[in-house]
Amino acid sequence: MNQLRRSFLKTTGTTGAIAVAVAAGLLKPTEVLAASWNKNAFEAKSLADAYKGLGVAAPADSKDIAIKAPDIAENGAVVPVEVSSKVAGTSSIVILVEKNANPLIAQFDLANGAEPFVSTRIKMGQTSMVRCMVVAGGKSFSASKEVKVTIGGCGG
Amino acid sequence: MSDIKIRATMAGDSADIKVLMNHPMETGQRKDAKTGQLIPAHFIQSVSATLNGKPVLTAQWGAAISKNPFLGFKVKGAKAGDKVAVSWEDNTGAKDSAEVAVA
Repeated sequence: MNQLRRSFLKTTGTTGAIAVAVAAGLLKPTEVLAASWNKNAFEAKSLADAYKGLGVAAPADSKDIAIKAPDIAENGAVVPVEVSSKVAGTSSIVILVEKNANPLIAQFDLANGAEPFVSTRIKMGQTSMVRCMVVAGGKSFSASKEVKVTIGGCGG
Repeated sequence: MSDIKIRATMAGDSADIKVLMNHPMETGQRKDAKTGQLIPAHFIQSVSATLNGKPVLTAQWGAAISKNPFLGFKVKGAKAGDKVAVSWEDNTGAKDSAEVAVA
């Protein structure tokens, strides 16, 4: 009985120490990531709050931004979106879906010769405007396109 | 082996780079059909791409990028043989990276 208790204490002691070490080791990268990942903007529940989180004013409409996305997406879990900008000095491209639980989808920062173009696939909960914002020289511009969704890609 | 597939080809004077990553991209809003419990969020938060070691694209993603994400971008002034490297980090701290030469 005593022996059992002893070995029990010994094992729990060691595993406990490992868990603490792992937690300490894991904490670091998470902290660093939290600093770089814009939590406020990504967890914003409205377009206005997302802009606030990104630190930009509501963008002006621009015809120089082209959005290539389907008019009707049968599957909201996979909606291909392609954005290209003719705004001079485009440094960032941001994709937002107005009616998603969290409107901010992604932010792309371009440098060293990257063309003002990104292509990706996004999830949409329901029919909504897909808004693409471009930041150029500290100013923001946007364009939008409606995508009708027959089956939502969030929740499910 | 890395779970990132990169294809980089020259188109005119820019490199056309297409990246496919293997990742579940869980939003944290989905429920497990059997247990009714919410499946915890698990998604890529940051992606960065370099050309010959110089950063060309850095992205921050939310959970609404589709499962097994696709990313396409173009870099002007690239040449065949240039090295394209892509890496990501998710909300659990997991990382992956891969490198190819522009064809």
